[in-house]
Parts: sequence; C-alpha cells; structure tokens
Amino acid sequence: MADLTLDTRGRRCPFPVIELARRIGELAPGDVVAVVSDDAAAGPDIRAWCRLRGQDYVGAEEEPPGAVTYRVRRR
Amino acid sequence: MSGYLDAASAVPLHPAARAALERALAEGWTDPARLYGAARRVRIRLDEARATVARALGAEPEEVSFTASGTQANHLAVLGAAAGRWRAGRRIVAGAVEHSSVLAAADRLANDPAVAVDLIGVDHTGRVDVEAFRAALGPDTALACLQTANHEVGTLQPVEEISPGCAAAGVPLLIDAAQSVGRVPVDVDRLGAGLLTASAHKWGGPPGVGILVVRRGVRWRSPLPSDERENGRVPGAENVPAILAAAAALDARLGEMEAEGTRLRRLVDRIRGTVLDRIPDVEILGDPVRRLPHLVTFSCLYVEGEALLGELDRAGFAVSSGSSCTAATRSPSHVLEAMGALTHGNIRVSLHAGTDDADVDRFLDLLPVAVARLRRIAGADRL
Repeated sequence: MADLTLDTRGRRCPFPVIELARRIGELAPGDVVAVVSDDAAAGPDIRAWCRLRGQDYVGAEEEPPGAVTYRVRRR
Repeated sequence: MSGYLDAASAVPLHPAARAALERALAEGWTDPARLYGAARRVRIRLDEARATVARALGAEPEEVSFTASGTQANHLAVLGAAAGRWRAGRRIVAGAVEHSSVLAAADRLANDPAVAVDLIGVDHTGRVDVEAFRAALGPDTALACLQTANHEVGTLQPVEEISPGCAAAGVPLLIDAAQSVGRVPVDVDRLGAGLLTASAHKWGGPPGVGILVVRRGVRWRSPLPSDERENGRVPGAENVPAILAAAAALDARLGEMEAEGTRLRRLVDRIRGTVLDRIPDVEILGDPVRRLPHLVTFSCLYVEGEALLGELDRAGFAVSSGSSCTAATRSPSHVLEAMGALTHGNIRVSLHAGTDDADVDRFLDLLPVAVARLRRIAGADRL
C-alpha cells in the first residue's frame, strides 16, 4: 500500500518524474509514494531519479492494466 | 553547417571523397561484372577501393565486401555467421548496448525457438561485463557480437579482453566498428575479429556504403539468394561511385586521424567541463577516459529531450537524443536503459573536422539557457 498515489497516465516523461519530485516532500520519511504511468521511459527514469536524489526505489508492478505502478520510499 | 554536431550519425563528405565521387560518376558507372574494357576498368577501380579498405583495417582484400549500409553489414554478418555455424550451435551472445541492427538480426534468429540470445549487461558507463561475456561463451555458441565503442555514449568496449576467450571457445566474434573506423586505430588481427562491420558515412564517405569483413576460416553462409558479386556475400550491382569515394575518404582520414582526434578530444573535454559547471542536475554519460575522442552525451533532469532538440535546432544546432519522445517507437534508448541512466533530457553531441572552437563556444553559451528555460516552463526549476 502507498501513502500517496500519483496517477500520471497519459503524460509523457519527464512529467511522471517531475510530479514525483514535486510531491515526495508531502510524505514523512519511510512513507511510500506510488507513481502510476503508462510511459515506457518512466521505469528507467524513476530508478535513475531515485539514485540521483538518494531516495529508495522499492519496485514496480504491472497494474492497473496498460500501466505500471512504481513505488518509492522517502528517506 | 557550423552548428552540425551529429557526426556519430553522419559526417559531411570528405573533400577527397567529393573529388573521387565526381570522377567516378563520369567514368565508373559501367557494371564491374561485365567483360568489356570499360567494365574491366571499373572492376579494377573497385578492387583498388577494396584493397584500400582492407589495408586500413588490416584485412585481406578478399575478406572485404561492400554493402548498402552499416546496418545491412550487421544484418548479413549476424545472419550469415549464424547460418554458417548452424551445426555448431544456436546461441548468440551480444552486448546489451549493441547497435539496434545487430540486436534486430539476433531477434530475427530468435523467432526460431531453438535459438537463444544472451544479452550481456553493462555497467553505468555502458561498458560490457567482461566476466559475464566470457562465461556466456560455450561450445554451442554460434556467434558473439561486440561493438568497438558505443554509438550513443562513446564508451570503448573491452574487445581485446573478450576476443581471446572467443577464439579459445572457437566462437567467431563480430565486431561492429562503425563508430571507430576513421576515429581510432582499428585492426582486425589486433582486435581478434572473426567478422567486422563499418559504415562509410561516419568517416566522410557518402551514405549508402557499408563494410562487411569476414575473415578467412570463418564459416559464413549467405542468408540471401546469392550471386557472384562481393564474393557471394552481397547480391546486386555495387554502387561503385560511392564505394570509390568511401575508400578515398578513408584513406585521407587515416592520415588526419591522430591530429583531429587530439583536437576533438580537447573540445569534448571542454563541453564536459562546462556542462557540469553551468547546468545543475545534469549527468554526463559514458566513460570519461576510455571513450571515443569526438562524442559526449548527457541527460538533463526534468527536461524533455524533444523540446531541447527543438530549442537547439532553432538556434542552428543539430544534435541527437536517446530520449523516448524523440524516437518513432516512443521507447527510450535501450542503451541508456541498460546503463541505468536517466533517459529524458538526453543529448548526444558529436564533433567532426568541420567543428571549430567558435561552434563549441556558441553551443555552450546557448545550452544552459535553453535547459533553464525548459525547466522553468515545466515548473521544475526549483525541484
């Protein structure tokens, strides 16, 4: 379960990453944000963003249909 | 074209190629396969061009065939070598960041469920994992494929560390040298190539000429219906004028290569330094030292690659990008993805003989402003 869900379906990269960067501050450290995206670049870009910003990339699930949900834990 | 910074795709025709092309268009249009005098003279010129290319690569002339492009050379190399070793094995080993033409040909083979393709991963610089590559080679490996240098980020691949293992396992190694020929020394023996490919428009030849080298002793069977052309490897009449021009360009470039490499390496170092200094949140990709002299790639966080290409284009700069928004498939570059690099805001800058200090200065003045502007528009300037 996520503490915050960002549905970015229909928006292309870098929007999902910008949205993640904009909103992760709303979380307490240890909380998890879910980013839902149907853009093929979201996976590599969210992983790279986590590396650049020192956040924890938790993983991804292929849901809902036609999209992927990426989970990031705030440090 | 002073703002042309996409040499890794194609460079302007070398003056030596232009002269050879004009001559050949006037005199070299007869079919070299015919037996009358005019055709035999063209045949001689074609064989001289083959000898020039062979000498440049350390190969024998009969090992060299001219193709219609670097892509076609890779297709013929992969499909023909796999067909030639069909009895030995059905496994293809390739670096994960090979050119799409190599991967597409391997993919085609993998339509057969008996064929397995092992893609060997790379580190964050794009350099292939030597141990994993060696470990993947076995008696049932039909072919191994590795580029000399990566076409998107410029990282040199450890070909000389991998080729002895291929030889020991009896596996032919296809070396895609498209980005290296005319930029850094390329020698088939030294590299340990079983097959080698290259592309003339990257060294100053005209577009439409590729090189396929198949070393003596390497089993190769044409994947296409074959004829007597190009040692039975590339069917159809050769584009002789373009081939003569390509060979003239290569010959001229080899003489200029070292001095130009030093000059371009310095310019690339300046781009690397200035980009890091003047653009926040930018990642320069590829190996900082073991790299091609003329190419640098970086990704700018929160910037759309297509928009940045557009800004640069309006200012007269031609560069390329591996970002998904710039691809017909809308998928990010497989190279950037395999490296774990940021795929958006990606720009590849590649220099050539016509690039001077003033071009680079102008580019470096413009780029930080363009990036800042696009971040502001996206509301991402304070993230």
